[in-house]
Amino acid sequence: MKFAILVSEGPYTHQATDTAYQFAKAVLAKGHEIFRVFFYHDGVYNATRLTTPPQDDRNIVKRWTELAKANNLDMVVCVAAAQRRGIVDDGEMQRNGKDATNLAEPFRISGLGQLIEAGIQADRLVVFGD
Amino acid sequence: MLHIINKSPYDRPALDSVLKTGEGTILLIEDGVYAAAKGGAVEPKLKAAMGNFKIYALTPDIEARGIADRVMDGVLQVDYAGFVDLVAENKTNQSWL
Repeated sequence: MKFAILVSEGPYTHQATDTAYQFAKAVLAKGHEIFRVFFYHDGVYNATRLTTPPQDDRNIVKRWTELAKANNLDMVVCVAAAQRRGIVDDGEMQRNGKDATNLAEPFRISGLGQLIEAGIQADRLVVFGD
Repeated sequence: MLHIINKSPYDRPALDSVLKTGEGTILLIEDGVYAAAKGGAVEPKLKAAMGNFKIYALTPDIEARGIADRVMDGVLQVDYAGFVDLVAENKTNQSWL
């Protein structure tokens, strides 16, 4: 079965991203497919590569990137939410005249249409937020 | 319909809203699992709803909150794999945020 996951909450604030990550892992372990993970609102903070949690704490961003790379997941960050919160890739840096980027690989910045498409293409869409 | 509740019934009215929908399946996760604690103020309400709703709770969240020894009878426990199964089994799901 095809799953899509929507994360609308940032890391280290509520449990939502932790639950989403554990859920995603379980989806894959069951042999299902993840069509896309979409990060919206404060969820875009899951995609900054500059995060530096204490060594004895979980690294939520790194955990996402490792899961995504190992399973070739499509990790999409909402562009409007990212612009508001300072999540920047090369394209956004140039477009908006910024002097740095911070988007972790393999996240990509795209539009809300990607969420709608995920809702249409996937058999199930599950929302994790506050 | 699978209703996913992630907030305590002593914090948000999600559980009441879900019960008003009449019937379905409820999965309690995160602070939502407090609804499943024996002796809580919502126990009678949840007990009464058990005829119309199947009620599940996520074991890791129950254990994280130290209430594993007082989960109400009739509440079914699942792990994350069971969570995935519930989503797959139910054609629609709603996270009550």
